[in-house]
Amino acid sequence: MSSLILIEHHDGRISPACARVVAAARKLGAPIEALVAGYRVEEVAAQAARLDGVSRVLVADDARYADQLAEPLATLLAAHAKRYGYLLAAASTFGKDVLPRAAALAGVGQISEVIEVVDPATFKRPIHAGALVATVRSDAPLKVLSIRATAFESVGEQAPAPIETVEAQGEALGARFVESHREASERPELTAARVVVSGGRGLGSKQNFSLLEGVAGKLDAAIGASRAAVDAGYVSNELQVGQTGKIVAPDLYIAVGISGAMQHLAGMQGAKVIVAINRDEEAPIFQVADYGLVGDLFELLPELERKL
Amino acid sequence: MKIVVPIKRVIDHNVRVRPTADGTGVDSTSVKMAINPFCEIALEEAVRLKERGLASEVLVVTIGTAAAQEQLRGALAVGADRALLIETERALEPLAVARTLTRVVEEERPGLALLGKQAIDSDDNQVGQMLAALLGWPQATFASAVELEGEKARVTREVDGGMVTLELALPAVVTADLRLNEPRYARLPDIMKAKKKPIERRTLEEMALDLPAQTEVLAVETPTPRQRGVILDSVDALIDKLRNVEKVIR
Ligand SMILES: Cc1cc2nc3c(=O)[nH]c(=O)nc-3n(C[C@H](O)[C@H](O)[C@H](O)COP(=O)(O)OP(=O)(O)OC[C@H]3O[C@@H](n4cnc5c(N)ncnc54)[C@H](O)[C@@H]3O)c2cc1C
Ligand SMILES: Nc1ncnc2c1ncn2[C@@H]1O[C@H](COP(=O)(O)O)[C@@H](O)[C@H]1O
Repeated sequence: MSSLILIEHHDGRISPACARVVAAARKLGAPIEALVAGYRVEEVAAQAARLDGVSRVLVADDARYADQLAEPLATLLAAHAKRYGYLLAAASTFGKDVLPRAAALAGVGQISEVIEVVDPATFKRPIHAGALVATVRSDAPLKVLSIRATAFESVGEQAPAPIETVEAQGEALGARFVESHREASERPELTAARVVVSGGRGLGSKQNFSLLEGVAGKLDAAIGASRAAVDAGYVSNELQVGQTGKIVAPDLYIAVGISGAMQHLAGMQGAKVIVAINRDEEAPIFQVADYGLVGDLFELLPELERKL
Repeated sequence: MKIVVPIKRVIDHNVRVRPTADGTGVDSTSVKMAINPFCEIALEEAVRLKERGLASEVLVVTIGTAAAQEQLRGALAVGADRALLIETERALEPLAVARTLTRVVEEERPGLALLGKQAIDSDDNQVGQMLAALLGWPQATFASAVELEGEKARVTREVDGGMVTLELALPAVVTADLRLNEPRYARLPDIMKAKKKPIERRTLEEMALDLPAQTEVLAVETPTPRQRGVILDSVDALIDKLRNVEKVIR
């Protein structure tokens, strides 16, 4: 029984998480196919066909998928599910929106946020904001898995796999896309960046938060934030790292003015090297940091920027 | 219009959870329990919609043990009109929860089902989407704003790239994200009043649903903790470590 991966894409480009989901699928040992659903997605399909390990790409190209609404996508996915042993997507907000809906239509459960494939029926996943890890076995004939992308290394490229068109199906059921707001940023994307510089409530204001820009610029880093910083309006929500924000696993994570609450750690503990800058030497962030600087961030940040 | 708010009793988010002695579950003996924070937000939103005259009744429902009455009472104290406990000792998987809720929704015929986006114990993030699928309703997950206008809901969603606004024809399913609102605290007189309100109870068994378990938890473990590192005494020392020891910067 093969695996089918739902491909996530924006503006004609596949999401970098897809190459990591393919890596997870390869551990299942079954042939891998990819489903691209969207409107005018020829280029996306071509990119999916080059993911190393994908043996076939199915394309449903139709205006009804233009806004990537969960309703028609889940119907399409569930209609194809019967022929597969696995259905996979990244545990991004897109995957989280569509995949459980498809699983329910197919009459099976879902295993969320898989971080390890133990064997073809057994998976590890974090629970309680990552404080615990559960090993779960599924007997379902169709296993639906959302993949925590940062737990897998991206696959490389291959000679393009064949691409086949499939019939569009599924209705919006009364859902209609109205508008979207994306913050334009020159910084690298948070979940893909090699270096992430995150700020917390300790930054004190929206204006101060921009102090991070200097250091981030020197390191070609993405900027992240704690929930407290987002709630206080220093930055917008898509920069939140943590249990309910994004999961990041960069080579270097620098936490500035962040105390290190469990829910924040849940999103960044996978980083290779963690640096914490905090004036409170008792802050829990120092328990997970490889290197710490205890002191006033308003002195340490400018000095760091200057010396980098 | 009626709003149904499914809520879950979970271990409080401040508790440091531990595996059970046999390593196959989460130890919940004598730890503080609470309403799942996202469910609290969903409930607050429902109560506000009612206060603004946009909803006529708020029904909270939970599937769980008799102890979950505590959370239902809490919900009544902050403004829910009715509470329903579907009693079971089983820990249901999200699909089974969604199937049970589907039955409740079919009986109660609400215009809106407002759920939390995820339960902070299992961190599944599935039930709302599954409920919407089973009902054939449109969905808006991860809501940070909800407006009702006649037969429609306009919902702003928090997604990876920013915000997306959707319009849904009612009835619909909406799941709440953290920034949708800040839940109120219950006032003492309301807590006293809630103690007297009846909680409707039925057993999961009498609903005669077919809810087979599809997964088995083999083990629950504490992940190997990160080693505590070192405190450095200067920015220069830090840059040296990152550049020459870790080689993560140039
Ligand atoms: C259900 C739920 C989900 C959540 N999800 C998330 C999530 O996804 N992500 C997340 O981050 N949080 C999340 N939280 C919130 C989390 O519990 C914390 O409240 C939050 O992470 C705290 O943010 P903070 O560290 O910026 O703020 P604080 O805890 O207030 O810490 C600020 C730190 O800054 C330091 N500081 C202040 N001034 C200076 C200075 N001048 N120089 C140096 N240091 C200074 C202080 O010593 C302090 O340690 C969630 C909570 C709940 C209940
Ligand atoms: N046992 C339950 N009883 C009632 N509602 C539940 C239950 N479990 C989950 N839910 C609802 O589904 C939401 C998402 O939970 P989950 O998909 O399990 O992460 C929760 O915030 C609740 O609104």
